[in-house]
Amino acid sequence: MAVEKMALAKAINESLRTALETDPKVLIMGEDVGKLGGVFRVTDGLQKDFGEDRVIDTPLAESGIVGTAIGLALRGYRPVVEIQFDGFVFPAYDQIVTQLAKMHARSLGKVKLPVVIRIPYGGGIGAVEHHSESPEALFAHVAGLKVISPSNSSDAYWMMQQAIQSDDPVIFFEPKRRYWDKGEVDTEAIPGQLHKARVVRPGSDLTLVAYGPMVKVCVEAAAAAQEEGKSLEVLDLRSMSPIDFDSVQTSVEKTGRLVVVHEAPVFLGTGAEIAARITERCFYHLEAPVLRVGGYHAPYPPARLEEEYLPGLDRVLDAVDRSLAY
Amino acid sequence: MTVESTAARKPRKRSTGARKASPKASPGAPQSEPELVQLLTPEGKRVGHAENAVYDEYVAGITPEELRGLYRDMVLTRRFDAEATSLQRQGELGLWASLLGQEAAQIGSGRATRPDDYVFPTYREHGVAWCRGVDPTNLLGMFRGVNHGGWDPNSNNFHLYTIVIGSQTLHATGYAMGLAKDGADAAVIAYFGDGASSQGDVAESFTFSAVYNAPVVFFCQNNQWAISEPTEKQTRVPLYQRAQGYGFPGVRVDGNDVLACLAVTRWALERARRGEGPTLVEAFTYRMGAHTTSDDPTRYRLDDERLAWEAKDPILRLRTYLESENHADEGFFAELEAESEALGKRVRERVRAMPDPDHFAIFENVYADGHALVDEERAQFAAYQASFADGEGA
Repeated sequence: MAVEKMALAKAINESLRTALETDPKVLIMGEDVGKLGGVFRVTDGLQKDFGEDRVIDTPLAESGIVGTAIGLALRGYRPVVEIQFDGFVFPAYDQIVTQLAKMHARSLGKVKLPVVIRIPYGGGIGAVEHHSESPEALFAHVAGLKVISPSNSSDAYWMMQQAIQSDDPVIFFEPKRRYWDKGEVDTEAIPGQLHKARVVRPGSDLTLVAYGPMVKVCVEAAAAAQEEGKSLEVLDLRSMSPIDFDSVQTSVEKTGRLVVVHEAPVFLGTGAEIAARITERCFYHLEAPVLRVGGYHAPYPPARLEEEYLPGLDRVLDAVDRSLAY
Repeated sequence: MTVESTAARKPRKRSTGARKASPKASPGAPQSEPELVQLLTPEGKRVGHAENAVYDEYVAGITPEELRGLYRDMVLTRRFDAEATSLQRQGELGLWASLLGQEAAQIGSGRATRPDDYVFPTYREHGVAWCRGVDPTNLLGMFRGVNHGGWDPNSNNFHLYTIVIGSQTLHATGYAMGLAKDGADAAVIAYFGDGASSQGDVAESFTFSAVYNAPVVFFCQNNQWAISEPTEKQTRVPLYQRAQGYGFPGVRVDGNDVLACLAVTRWALERARRGEGPTLVEAFTYRMGAHTTSDDPTRYRLDDERLAWEAKDPILRLRTYLESENHADEGFFAELEAESEALGKRVRERVRAMPDPDHFAIFENVYADGHALVDEERAQFAAYQASFADGEGA
């Protein structure tokens, strides 16, 4: 197999399988990841093929999952743990922020914790409370963590490979509403840099920056804008820590306008950081203030309201129009 | 006050002799008269051969030399601890968390470990660190504020101090799960206190270790006080009984009895190595000093309580035993006194000579594989600092 079309969830599954095959120290841990294959079937079949010792169904205790993963990493393992849903990560937040993120620094580099934390995140699937959140900024804010999110199957496969190989803890946000989107994966390709943004669609009038589930929305927005004669460049950020500001800067120096799109609340979000940095870097290139489209400063709403809450095609195009109007 | 003068002081209150020694106490038993494993009474009398035979056998063959070794460990640890407290008072350390009174719990359990075992301490395990061969001055770096630990945990299988209480019990459990996967003939010991016993992470570590039958010993030093809160604010049952609910044994040991702590910990570690899973050991002891040098225990506890515990001093009782059995002579004690003073002097000199870290240490080791933002901010910081150098040169 070299190139194959597969769903994003399947690409992660294949990537985990490859990691389990190539490195005996890789472990999968989480709630229901074994026999069930995870609630989204991302770990489907792995326990059957690699055994209960390596694909571990854990007690239902998120702090315990991450805390024991830290201990296993101290023993030389490379645990890939699953947090079942975005809103369930907070019992583990202390272990992630206080222990996992800081161990390398406080040991003066003598301890490495290669732990990957997989979190299905974001809305759009009509779920109940605590199953649709986008908490990436809460992790990107913490030094010692790396935070990434793929938007397509190929990135899902390769970014997971690179996350597992990283000696730093990586929070791997999986866009759950894109789990079933299919795309080509070349498992023999030479992957690009993990934390580098990618131009998904070139353009000249305005730059749209997105990551994870919003990349698709932005590509659709760019196609719609094209029909009105507007040329939008879409950048898939891929990494929220570190952020590839150089690529954003290059694009904005060309277009002069920037709109950042994410599902997470706009207030103090990834977009705020990008706006501040790009304003500083591209002050004389900007034709309009950097605009942001995202969630509101309110709890994630009930499913019947989520289409109003989530940035969709029209809200992105509205921001594009406002930017172009300057 | 020197260590020897402390150790030589007569107890103010004699207890009524050997306690009935049984690991099983009924829930709600008064905390003041707990039932616990004791092999050496506060009066220095060796007991427990029959009642605690299961533990006693782990120290049955102990030699006079080994007993003197335990005594030496406790005396030197107390001396080091006293020096660190003095250094804080002199402004050389920002803070110190004294282990005064807990020497037996730490030396007994610490000496029960083998080199290939792994230790996960809190921030007060100076005696255990001593047993593991960690250079005592290494412990002082974080209290002086030059680093957050920084020793190599794998040099002595002694993890970094953990300040947020209870978190390390999960790391210990994970490490023990790894040992089991590797088929290693070693065990893990996780230290925590009566206060941390309330933390969710401790409960989760009990659950995980039980479910995976992990080779880990949970060593709880119940020193009666979590800063100002007595154990009654943490639990309604004796802490060791919590293990029962998780399906593994719990034992309460006299935490001021170094022999009992050694025996019970050896027993628990052996169980773990044999694949019999976790054990909870509650070492019933007393924090003789303040929580840290920033604390003022006169605001929340009576001095009478401390005086009552002084009569159970761990060092004094072993000295009495050594003397009554003619296991140590005056020369030994005199030599140890001199060694203690030399240790104090060495620690003092090395702490005072400890340099401040380089300013750029802020940016070091934040990541193992590097991070663009850290690089950018380091460069900005360098430029900012260099701007002052230019000014000075002008």
